[in-house]
Amino acid sequence: MTQKTLDKPSAYLSEATLHAILRAMLLSRRFDERAWLLHRQGKIVFHASAMGHEAAQVGAVFAIHRGVDYVCPYYRDLAMMIALGWGARALMLDVYAKPGGISSAGRQMPNHFSDRRLGVVSTSAPVAVQVVHAAGMAFAIKYKARLGLPTPDDAPRLALTTLGEGSTSQGDFHEALNWAGVHTLPLICLVENNGYAISVKLQAQMAIRDVSERAAGYGIHGAVVDGMDALAVYDTVYEAAQRAYNGDGATLIDAKVYRFTPHSSDDDDRSYRSREEVEAARANDPILRLRQTLIDLGALTAADFEEMDAEVRSEVDAAQAEVEAMPDPAPEDALADVFAPGRVDAWQS
Amino acid sequence: MNDVLMPQLGESVVEGTISRWLKRVGDPVRAFEPLLEVSTDKVDTEIPAPTDGVLLEILVEAGQTVAKGTRLAVIGAAGESSAPKHESAVSDATAPHITPVVARMAAEYQIDLAQIVGTGRGGRVTKKDVEAYLAQKQSAPPLSAAPWDIPGSGDLFSAKESAPMPTPPAAPNMTAPPPAAAPRLHPVEPIPPQTAGELIPHSPIRRQIAEHMVMSALTSPHVTTVFEVDMSAVMAHREAHKAEFATQGVNLTLTAYFVLAAVAGLRAAPMLNARWTDEGVFVHRVYHIGIAVAVPDGLIVPVIKNAGDLSLLGAARAVNDLAARAREKQLKPDEVRDGTFTITNHGVAGSLFATPLIHQPQVGILGVGVIEKRVKVVTDSLGGDTLAIRPCCYLSLSFDHRVADGAAGDGFLLTVKRALESWT
Amino acid sequence: MAVMTLIEGLRQGMDEALAADPRVFIIGEDVGARGGVFRATQGLFDKYGGDRVIDSPLAESSIVGVGIGAALAGLLPICEIQFADFIYPAFNQIVNEAARMYYRSAGDWHVPLVIRVPYGGGVGGGLYHSQSVESLFAHQPGLKVVVPSTPADAKGLIKAALYDPNPVIIFEPKKGYRGIKGEVPEGEIVTSIGAARVARMGGDVSVFAYGMMAYYAEQAAEMVAVEGIDAEIIDLRTLAPVDRESILASVRKTGKALIVYEDNLTLGYGAEVAALIADDGFEFLDAPVRRLAAPDVPATPFSHPMQDFFMINPDKIAAAIRELAAY
Ligand SMILES: Cc1ncc(C[n+]2csc(CCOP(=O)(O)OP(=O)(O)O)c2C)c(N)n1
Ligand SMILES: [Mg+2]
Repeated sequence: MTQKTLDKPSAYLSEATLHAILRAMLLSRRFDERAWLLHRQGKIVFHASAMGHEAAQVGAVFAIHRGVDYVCPYYRDLAMMIALGWGARALMLDVYAKPGGISSAGRQMPNHFSDRRLGVVSTSAPVAVQVVHAAGMAFAIKYKARLGLPTPDDAPRLALTTLGEGSTSQGDFHEALNWAGVHTLPLICLVENNGYAISVKLQAQMAIRDVSERAAGYGIHGAVVDGMDALAVYDTVYEAAQRAYNGDGATLIDAKVYRFTPHSSDDDDRSYRSREEVEAARANDPILRLRQTLIDLGALTAADFEEMDAEVRSEVDAAQAEVEAMPDPAPEDALADVFAPGRVDAWQS
Repeated sequence: MNDVLMPQLGESVVEGTISRWLKRVGDPVRAFEPLLEVSTDKVDTEIPAPTDGVLLEILVEAGQTVAKGTRLAVIGAAGESSAPKHESAVSDATAPHITPVVARMAAEYQIDLAQIVGTGRGGRVTKKDVEAYLAQKQSAPPLSAAPWDIPGSGDLFSAKESAPMPTPPAAPNMTAPPPAAAPRLHPVEPIPPQTAGELIPHSPIRRQIAEHMVMSALTSPHVTTVFEVDMSAVMAHREAHKAEFATQGVNLTLTAYFVLAAVAGLRAAPMLNARWTDEGVFVHRVYHIGIAVAVPDGLIVPVIKNAGDLSLLGAARAVNDLAARAREKQLKPDEVRDGTFTITNHGVAGSLFATPLIHQPQVGILGVGVIEKRVKVVTDSLGGDTLAIRPCCYLSLSFDHRVADGAAGDGFLLTVKRALESWT
Repeated sequence: MAVMTLIEGLRQGMDEALAADPRVFIIGEDVGARGGVFRATQGLFDKYGGDRVIDSPLAESSIVGVGIGAALAGLLPICEIQFADFIYPAFNQIVNEAARMYYRSAGDWHVPLVIRVPYGGGVGGGLYHSQSVESLFAHQPGLKVVVPSTPADAKGLIKAALYDPNPVIIFEPKKGYRGIKGEVPEGEIVTSIGAARVARMGGDVSVFAYGMMAYYAEQAAEMVAVEGIDAEIIDLRTLAPVDRESILASVRKTGKALIVYEDNLTLGYGAEVAALIADDGFEFLDAPVRRLAAPDVPATPFSHPMQDFFMINPDKIAAAIRELAAY
């Protein structure tokens, strides 16, 4: 029986919020499973999973002003998008590359998320570039505050960015966190450390155990968290967010997760890791762990979970049926949106 | 056997025109003996024979312009054959090729390119050659016979020999594309092969004029308005001051009066001292008055810079100076450009009034007709009308209707008329 | 109207923008108290303070990447890359990120970013302080690339770039920073991006150039003018998007095209100009399209004789104009 310890921020979450966290993770999982099937059916051409990463992604988003603060995610952040407000339909539009797709209306591969309404900056494929953008957005937040530029109450107060541990080897990761340190930026950099960069193991990527050890080198805070524990992630990111909101600078978080699937629908992981290793990791499924935690807390029953599961499955079914029937983009849509028209709005003081 | 080649007469000179041959085919020649005369942009000179022998063949006839290095003639032993033969008198060893634009124009206007004497490298027919050819065929009477073009001697100066080429005035601002940048000359009927007559090849100045005139006609909607001016006051003034000016070495030409009167007119109607651009009308702050001058081959337009700053003495001196140097072929390129308005004296040959073509990219051109005595009804101070004999002339103003309207044109001429009629 | 140098025009443009709009700020190496190694930002640090004229860490990718983030967040950054030769670490941020952001988000996110880049040779800078890299960027849809060759355009283009909602790179001909002088209007002037400038009208040969080469081409045109050759000089001014119409209009007029650029010949920007003339101006050509550019060696050598041999100058341009005029 897990004790509800009141020194942790997660202890203050309502039952409805805890359900929402679980539901987001579950919907992500059910969509993810469906996407693999659709890929094997030849109905979609690409998918990359969040399976095993759901707790880290959802726990983090619930700890910031979600839908308000800036988010610069990476391709594995399906569950994060759901936590931010997406449903199965939005994800389905992306995997089917339909015109209504919020991320890119069919221009980018699936998993390259964007949603301006939610503060989510368009994701690209070269890894780690987004960390620099997040630093720039954090810089802008600080700049506006220092110059006293009018910002509405619901303006973003921090930038959250994510990447895999392999991607931390990139220079951009270093350059961005260096900026964050020099300028004391309101930034959270969440490393979803699954131990693999496609096939390359952590040990081949860095000579340290925890990515967050690097934080000291940038003069920012570092933290390690069990990324399979949604509420632990929530707590760690919550603390980082308060640091950012209070002007105390950036945090680098190493969230230990495990990738249950191959790298993407184009990968076969049997060549570089054993089935036993994967099976052992699956025993630590973040969804089952949160389910148990909530049951232990008396915040959920097994029947609640079954009901929740049935509900998300039917959401996935409905989304697939609807989106599959939608027309594809007009070929010449390929030509639109090269340049933004017009002129930047004049400054009104 | 030796070829006589067109030499490069100066660093930047790439072609020359055969003025005349001093020997005929079959004549014996000695090395260094003058063989022909060549004229280029820079020098006119005799070309000596490269070797002893007999002039076997002349490959480029007098009057033609060819590139440096072109074979002009062949000298060899008597009776020797000058083969290989050339298909074209002006060509290099290889037949000159046809560029895309020339091919297109030839097709569009159904031109037999063999009819055109090429002035490009190796005798290539250039786009300008085609345009000049079309311009020449198109106009009957040819452009060269336009009234204001006729050389003559009158009050306006006339150069006795051809002056250096003016830099052709630039076309209007081009940030936006012009209608069809190259002046589209209208198609002309090819001359039927047996037609009796003579083809006079174009001189460079003729081509430039042709091109410019067509461009001007196509660029600006021209409107011409005519006023009559009583020149009594000017004539009286001139008589009274001629000698005084002469003591300062200045010939008090009537042109000077017209220049200053035109400046007064332009001050009253600034839109005529302007140029059209797609963004707007650019009104000049300076008054640079061009004077169209007849030269044997066409005309040239030296420019009196800052005429608005000049006294009558200054204007007369400037006119004298430009006239003298035009005659001596001493005009600098800078002196034939940047005009903001032009005056042409078509009256020198007796013309009463004309519809001059604008010197692009200017907006107006003032034509001065012949000054002759006419019977006029004049009203005395008591209101009584009498007949009087007065020296009069017509002033014709052509202007670009895109830029200015009738009010501006008439305002200009009215001011010019008043200035001249009240000269003191 | 004040007469000033090209770099003063740039500076005035930045100064006025900083004064008028608090969203505008400058980041780059040594742009602060030092005023930039070329002094483009001289005095701005004193006037606007370190919050707005910011010395960045020595890391080009982040200079641009942070600029992108700030632009996404509603600011109007001016990022200075100290020399074009050092832009490569930022290439990915410029090309993969800034240039593609609007397209890849189907118009949701735009990046109003200005990147200032001193470029070009003839300054004794050797291999790594002389490069012309503009064609690498003009090749990227989504990026605007401009090159001023007059002080007025330097000011007008930086203003236009700042208020353009897209990323704009200004390649600044550093050799002309102080050598090129001209009148610059007071106050707000905006040079429209996408429009070439007819630097000199003429009817015989069209010369297409930009930056220092446009300046030289005007000098070359005056050299050949006294010989009776009337060259038209088109200062392309915007390399992307290219002003096709102005290029073609000039070719239609003269039938002869010379393209001058100081980059290496092969696949330099002039290759594209030549190709578009071949595509859409073929029927108007009265001579082959000619390119005058640097030899295909890896950038400007340091020794002066070698540098002079490598560089295009007014004499070389004049010779090429004569050659084409005579064709
Ligand atoms: C700059 C760059 N190089 C290579 C790739 C190809 N690539 C895509 S994902 C990936 C592995 C990333 O591993 P990691 O950062 O650990 O993230 P994970 O996929 O494990 O979540 C690689 C090599 C890329 N996208 N970008
Ligand atoms: Mg990984």
